[in-house]
Amino acid sequence: MKVNKKTYWKGIEQLKNDPSFVKHADKEFSDKLPIKDAFGDNSEEGSTRRDFLKMMGFSVAAVSLAACEAPVRKAIPYLNKPESVDPGIPNYYASTYADGGEYCSVVVKTREGRPIFVEGNSFSKITKGGTNARVNASVLSLYDNEKAKGPSKGGADSDWATVDKEISSQLSKIATSGQEIAIVTNTILSPSTKKLIQDFSSKYTSTKVISYDSQSASALLEANKRQFGKAVLPTYHFNKADTIVSISADFLGSWFSGVEHNAGYSETRKIGKNKKKMSTHFQFEPIMSLSGANADYRTPIKASQEGLVVAQLFNLIAKSTGGPTISGIEKVEVKNLDLAAKKLLASKGKSIVISGTNDIAVQLLVNGINEMLGNYGQTLDLNSPSFQKQGNDAEMASFVGRLEKGQVGAVIFYNANPVYDHPMGDKIAAGISKAKLSVSTNDRLNETASLCGYNCPDSHFLESWNDAEPRKGFLSLAQPTISKIFDTRQFQDSLLKWSGSEDTYLSVIQSYWKESIFPTQSKETDFDKFWQRTLHDGVYDIENAEGYVSLHGGEVNAEELAPVDYAGLSSDIKKNYKAANADFELVIYSSAVMGSGSQANNPMLQETPDPISRVCWGNYVAVSQSAAKELGLAEVFETKVQVAKVSANGVEMELPVIVQPGQEAKTIAIAVGYGRDGGKAGKVTAEAGGANAYKLLSFDKTVKNVQVAGVSIAATGSSQHVAQTQTHHTIVGRETIIQESTLEEYKSNPRAGRYDPHISTYSGSDKPGNISLWDVQSDGYKDDPREKTEKKVPGSWNEVMGLKADQHAYNNHHWGMNIDLNSCTGCSACVVACHLENNVPIVGKQEVINRREMHWIRIDRYYSSPANAETAKELEEAAENPEVVFQPMMCQHCNNAPCETVCPVAATTHSSEGLNQMTYNRCVGTKYCANNCPYKVRRFNWFRYHNNEDFDYHLNNDLGKMVLNPDVTVRSRGVMEKCSMCVQRIQAGKLKAKMQGRPIQDGDASVACASACPTNAITFGDLNNKETEVRKLMEVEIKERAYNVLDEINVRPNVWYMTKIRNKDAENA
Amino acid sequence: MSKLFIKLKVNLILYILPLFLASQSFAQEPEIPTDAAVISEGAKLFKGNCAQCHNVKTRLVGPALQNVWERQPVSWVINFIKYPEKTITSGDPYATALYEEYKQMMPNHDFFSDEEILSILAYVKDETNKEDVADVPTPGSGGGGQEVESSVNSDLLLAIVVGLVILLIIILIVMVLLVSALTRYIRKEKELTEEEKEFLDQRFDVGSVLKSKAFIGIVTFIFVAVVAQGIVDGLLGIGVQQGYAPDQPIPFSHKLHAGYYEIDCKYCHTGVEKSKNANIPSANICMNCHNSIRTTSPEMNKIYTAIENNEPIQWVRVHNLPDLAYFNHSQHVKVGGLDCENCHGDIKEMEVVQQHSLLTMGWCIDCHRETDVNAKGNDYYDKLLQLHESDSKEPMKVEDIGGLECSKCHY
Repeated sequence: MKVNKKTYWKGIEQLKNDPSFVKHADKEFSDKLPIKDAFGDNSEEGSTRRDFLKMMGFSVAAVSLAACEAPVRKAIPYLNKPESVDPGIPNYYASTYADGGEYCSVVVKTREGRPIFVEGNSFSKITKGGTNARVNASVLSLYDNEKAKGPSKGGADSDWATVDKEISSQLSKIATSGQEIAIVTNTILSPSTKKLIQDFSSKYTSTKVISYDSQSASALLEANKRQFGKAVLPTYHFNKADTIVSISADFLGSWFSGVEHNAGYSETRKIGKNKKKMSTHFQFEPIMSLSGANADYRTPIKASQEGLVVAQLFNLIAKSTGGPTISGIEKVEVKNLDLAAKKLLASKGKSIVISGTNDIAVQLLVNGINEMLGNYGQTLDLNSPSFQKQGNDAEMASFVGRLEKGQVGAVIFYNANPVYDHPMGDKIAAGISKAKLSVSTNDRLNETASLCGYNCPDSHFLESWNDAEPRKGFLSLAQPTISKIFDTRQFQDSLLKWSGSEDTYLSVIQSYWKESIFPTQSKETDFDKFWQRTLHDGVYDIENAEGYVSLHGGEVNAEELAPVDYAGLSSDIKKNYKAANADFELVIYSSAVMGSGSQANNPMLQETPDPISRVCWGNYVAVSQSAAKELGLAEVFETKVQVAKVSANGVEMELPVIVQPGQEAKTIAIAVGYGRDGGKAGKVTAEAGGANAYKLLSFDKTVKNVQVAGVSIAATGSSQHVAQTQTHHTIVGRETIIQESTLEEYKSNPRAGRYDPHISTYSGSDKPGNISLWDVQSDGYKDDPREKTEKKVPGSWNEVMGLKADQHAYNNHHWGMNIDLNSCTGCSACVVACHLENNVPIVGKQEVINRREMHWIRIDRYYSSPANAETAKELEEAAENPEVVFQPMMCQHCNNAPCETVCPVAATTHSSEGLNQMTYNRCVGTKYCANNCPYKVRRFNWFRYHNNEDFDYHLNNDLGKMVLNPDVTVRSRGVMEKCSMCVQRIQAGKLKAKMQGRPIQDGDASVACASACPTNAITFGDLNNKETEVRKLMEVEIKERAYNVLDEINVRPNVWYMTKIRNKDAENA
Repeated sequence: MSKLFIKLKVNLILYILPLFLASQSFAQEPEIPTDAAVISEGAKLFKGNCAQCHNVKTRLVGPALQNVWERQPVSWVINFIKYPEKTITSGDPYATALYEEYKQMMPNHDFFSDEEILSILAYVKDETNKEDVADVPTPGSGGGGQEVESSVNSDLLLAIVVGLVILLIIILIVMVLLVSALTRYIRKEKELTEEEKEFLDQRFDVGSVLKSKAFIGIVTFIFVAVVAQGIVDGLLGIGVQQGYAPDQPIPFSHKLHAGYYEIDCKYCHTGVEKSKNANIPSANICMNCHNSIRTTSPEMNKIYTAIENNEPIQWVRVHNLPDLAYFNHSQHVKVGGLDCENCHGDIKEMEVVQQHSLLTMGWCIDCHRETDVNAKGNDYYDKLLQLHESDSKEPMKVEDIGGLECSKCHY
């Protein structure tokens, strides 16, 4: 019986009994499902989701059927095989990397005629086989598809014949009218190019060469010109220095010749059984630079105090040595300055004082300090000076003036981009059109080139002949390793063409070398032989430099000499520096990775994190912790940070804020090299974004990279994600990660700072390595030595270790690695080298933000406080000037690898040589291994980066793919990957030994990270072979400094780290 | 056609030239030995030094050598072999004629002693006297031969099967005839009961058989089994291309070059002992020989065209390993001491190259399990061998030294 009289209805349709409703009333779903396809696209009529699934089912079947028929693949041999090229065998060519004044002697690895890897040239006495991130990444710039494909006129494609004809005729017209022809360039390291420009100038007599550097050292050059009569940089022998005092000079990063200085510096930082001595390094700086991060004593100072700090140090030294003092300067309280002076005085002739300030007065004082300490001729060499910075700020400024006034007839920009990277860029941009002829040789229509009448793109250095003399008497050659990819032409050949010469640049180099270099040696009597040998070695050092005059100069010019007027200096210092400044100060610096930004369109460089801030893809404004709080910029959620508006020098820019421990409280800092015009410089630069900090530079006699007045910073209220790869900054109390001590303690106890975890067992406490759950040899015995049936390999590393627990048997090789935390400066060359050697994909800004970066090796950077901070407040105070440790971290190739046991498909297994092997084609992507890895070094490949147009990082087009290493699989999406310890190199090394029928020797197999390292921090080799360097080192250090990270979990890595030792006094430690 | 022409030419040289030269005096000519040991010694020398350019019966780069001692006195031959250039420049008419014809000078062989040259001549004489065993195969004909051979076999099989089927049908017909004859006989001759009649009149009902459970069951089972087998085989065979023998842009015959002319594999595949790739020869390697041998043919013209147009020849890759597998020829050939035939099969008999081996991972692993390491005389393996022998009497297999590990081939 119906009790309830109510009618329930679902909708108006039912109530009205709408015919269309009645028709469908019995259907559960309406005809049109709201979801049409798997991607949520319901805009179009079409197949339903069920159809989609049906289709998918069918297509899977169709694909598997189609897969039965393999595609026809072609094998195309050479038509006429060059004798020296064998497919499958790499060829190596010595060459020279030179980007402006940046120099590195390199060996280029080519496969089937294409360069795929750049290694350091160990024959070079300057770079000593080291590289930096930019050198390693340069091979990817070669395959940049956005470069200019040929000459252009007014932005439109042209051809060489037309361009040459027009430029030559205009040049001669301008020269006849006596108007200036300006060649604007960065530092030129090539003597032959200088010779060529001389010849060009003798044809076009009104030619002027204007040289500038985006990171100017003009003041130092000027100071040396006045004091010593040579406008050169001294060669700094850091390896001979016992005390190093740097005031704002980032000599390990972006100052100049970083590779050389890293190598020299690390020599003094290495300690061992037979060398218990290391240099003491003081750093006084406003921002946390790479050098500051490595310093023993680091004191944050204001940029406005730099001159005063130098003057005070000058006075302290002068007091003891009896030199003239600088009177009447304000006193600044600078921690550690007295100690620095004391140490300097204790190591006269064995110390180095440097300043990165581009101020002539300061540089003259620094010269004075070095002179009083007797460092010239010892650690500072002016007889064989360095030519790696030649830019003259004053000349450049006067050129800009002339350009603006229309007094320059023709301007040729030789690979220089001053519109972007010079403080007067805007004026230059406006002035270019006033010149009758403007030519650029930039590799693309960048900020400067796009304004010029003609762009005649220079070839990449890997496509070119060249020479270089980075230091007097130390020459090197560059040779092409690939034929030209685009219709480019070397600048030098262009210059020859325009001066009406039929010569090639190669013949110019050869004739210069024949005339000027060949006579300096007596080994070879035949020039051709000399040339071949030099080309093979890549470098040539003049043994007896007496009477040798370099085209770069470096000879004393008595007219330039000016006695140092210390009274004048003191007034300059008083005028420009002050002890107290309540305003914000701005420092414009260049990052140790990105450098000047000339390779900004190189995605590999963009993705390499800054060693200090761990930020990649774009710049940011770094502020101190206290300033961040004060300004309301401190709120950070993981990678999401506040955005601030910075204004200085009449320029405003908005940038994300990174709170930088160690930065002086009222200093903010912005890196150059970013904020390129994406439409002109390339897509990668556009993705990186950021702001152009060069605009913040100012000019007053020299280019000033600090702004001490009129700087303001304010929160905008918005926030933004930055691509930061490490967002935690401490070791979270895990004492086995970083182990460090001081030199004093190390001397008395080589195990100082070592932390040996012990595990409690029923029979007392024991080393983790002696107890084990593992039964690796599957013989039923784990840890009872009496019952051990495993065979022993005589002389093996496992025997040395003598652990009681079960061990893998490594009959032949036992690959191992040792990383010296004392040598590692964090320069990140290894990160880039690893990427290129192992075809590791570049993932882009958004994916880094998504925590999907793919670096197989990363440099973990940890901050620590000198005092034992316990409370949060203490920790915060400690963050005002923390100590820094860099720790390269990659797969540790554990003997008891936690990843191996959790893989459901045995895609990661252990080899009989101690390697943890990853088999991509077996991996199904469960990611269990990554979850179980205590070191978090496994990387999941989320996309087919190499074939996906969303990841346009050079590698997804045919040209960019040429850089891939053919010996390493290009991984597809859905697999886990990680460091293989360059197993392809190990296999190649073994094969080499086998083919020669001999046991493997040290050096047959090397790993990419170790070969790139400028400080030799990484030692790799066969631990089972008593003759290898790593074995000899480890035999000593296993009892002293070597430790495994996270030893307590007993995964027994094959990678050891050596304790970080700081050269600090006990009271300061 | 051209082969015939060469033969004619050779014959002409062989028979006509001696007529002109017969008048020369023969003083104390050395005898060509017939000793078997000397002949085998000569055979070795011939193969090592002469075979690249000479054949006994055919003209290659240099003339065919049969009956060479009849063309010129033996002492002249010895001298010419030692110092061809001198002989030609001295204006010797026969030598000059040879040079005119062949446009090439043999290099000096002054490192041979007279005895050695005599032993070579002994070998040549021995070869000359042997019956023609095989004719020179030419591209096309040889392959044809192979096909004919295999078709004979299959034809025979087919014939047997067809014969059997015919036989069965005949037997069936005979049986049916027999049955009908007998039925007729019984109907005519015998009085039959109803049951017997019924039995005799019953008709064979196909429908009921088809509908029977047993039949349906059997058919379903066979169908499912065949389909499943097909699917499993198909899946296992994905990417497996054993027997893959694609047509090449130039029908280069390995049977002719490697088989008949016994050109060493390494002469063309230059990388096999030093690189991961064996290398497909570049056109200039072809031209090393084809400058003087068989300089024109439609196929040779393709090489000329390629060189003229500066367009490399696009061969079809026969052996396709997936990118994820690393294979190195030098490891296997130089270090492992394996012959090419181990993996590539009887290349010398292949007119068109085909993939002989499975090239699956199972196939690689099988070999690594079964093969002894070629450790003899290679110091690299000393330590491994020592350790292995200390606890095993079995020879050291590739497997024993980590030859089954993933990262030996996958990285």
